[in-house]
Amino acid sequence: MKIQHTLTALVVLACTGLAQAQDALQVRSWAAACSNCHGTDGRAQPGMETLAGTNKDDMVKKMLDFKTGRKPATIMHQLAKGYSDEQIVAIAGYFAAQKK
Amino acid sequence: MQRRHILQAGSALGALGLLSGCATPASGKGPKVVVIGAGYAGATAAKYIRMWSEGAIAVTLVEPNDSFISCPISNLVIGGSKVMADITTPYDNLSRRHGVQMVKDRVASIDAAKRIVKLAGGSELPYDRLIVSPGVDFMWESLPGMNKPGAQDKVLHAWKAGAQTVALRKQLEAMPDGGVFAMSIPMAPYRCPPGPYERACQVAEYFSKAKPKSKVLILDANDDVTSKGPLFKKAWAERYKGILEYRSKHRVVDVDAATNTLKFEFNDDIRASVLNVIPNMRAGDVAVHAGLATANKRWCEVDFLTFESKAAPNVHVLGDAIQIAPLMPKSGHMANQHGKVCAAAVVALLTGKQVNAMPIYNNTCYSFVSSEDVVHVASVHRYDAEKKTMLTVPGSGGVSSAANELEGRYAMAWARNIWADTLA
Repeated sequence: MKIQHTLTALVVLACTGLAQAQDALQVRSWAAACSNCHGTDGRAQPGMETLAGTNKDDMVKKMLDFKTGRKPATIMHQLAKGYSDEQIVAIAGYFAAQKK
Repeated sequence: MQRRHILQAGSALGALGLLSGCATPASGKGPKVVVIGAGYAGATAAKYIRMWSEGAIAVTLVEPNDSFISCPISNLVIGGSKVMADITTPYDNLSRRHGVQMVKDRVASIDAAKRIVKLAGGSELPYDRLIVSPGVDFMWESLPGMNKPGAQDKVLHAWKAGAQTVALRKQLEAMPDGGVFAMSIPMAPYRCPPGPYERACQVAEYFSKAKPKSKVLILDANDDVTSKGPLFKKAWAERYKGILEYRSKHRVVDVDAATNTLKFEFNDDIRASVLNVIPNMRAGDVAVHAGLATANKRWCEVDFLTFESKAAPNVHVLGDAIQIAPLMPKSGHMANQHGKVCAAAVVALLTGKQVNAMPIYNNTCYSFVSSEDVVHVASVHRYDAEKKTMLTVPGSGGVSSAANELEGRYAMAWARNIWADTLA
């Protein structure tokens, strides 16, 4: 019985791991769509904000503020509205984990 | 099914482990990808496949040009506020930093059944997956006079940045004050919807400073300005009154290059000092000759999850050559996005992983209404599983409230960043 449980737990763990790996690839693809302006993996060229290694919570707050209009912008308020809050959190997590 | 996924993932990881390291050159083992065309889409796809496969997939990039010359910002060269060096980037980082094998050649033909690309130079490149990113070519058959000897050297399009960009600038410099620059715009869809209107602004600004008695005449086949209409019209009225004139519903049907005359479907002939004819466009020759242009024989239909051609398996088509999704512009920014979605899909397909079922990406497009002030249009596009296409996300996107200098600085930062994301 214990062995059974352990095996089940292992299978569940393995599958969850795969699901997360798949999600991680999806989030990497979503984040790559920001790189045109913010640099590959968020390491920007001069004149644009670098996202790599930036604090996740700060990025999420900023994006949500763009989305609601609390923070004024030239273009980011229009782009932020294209993403769900969950997508913003996931993408911010990706950039926060990148080397500066 | 789960077990199979685990096994596939395991073998894929093994394959990756064998060939880790970014600059691993293309070797005999492992999957092979050939990319045709090193523009915004093709170069991006090549770089990202190398990055995301951690060097496990060999990538050969076929490109006849010596270096990358950007169409975005090239209108500023025509207006005189930038020079060619400002819009030119070498290709060497793709090979040096990412291990992309660059081949300077033209493609003679594609054998999709045998999975071989034949080059003009005689060599053959086998592939597991092929990415065709040829940009656009022009439908000269719709303008008979442009097929006469010398006509295309005299009446320029300058719609592929390069030698024609320089040549058009020289024609404007040589034009006496009091002359007319007439530009014709084809029916949409064409590469870079706001590009002609930006160019008109750049030439008008040059005239206002250097040749104040001269005129810019825009002859648009479309019913109205196809992009950022109110913003361009405001700029023309406020900044270029008396210099720039816009006429819609002027469809060019022929050109007499000898007398610099445009002939229209319904309107009187127009003769100008400098003509700039932007012809009708279709997918690049390579794609058309390979039978990939299935939409009206002009554009290539693709699956938007992978950019795989609907006409040929294992062949992907990117950038301006594709049959676009609703409200998806033919832009450099969008082409770079295609490159990354395709790169992720190709890596997944060649390593036994699942393709991302929900791509989301954006377009941002800046237009200079003077050498410093800029207007933008932005949009966010999301895959719709039911309609199997990309649709704009409701409530997202928009345009500038007015032309401004801050966005002029952002536009140049955009250029630096997208050039680096594509090529560095």
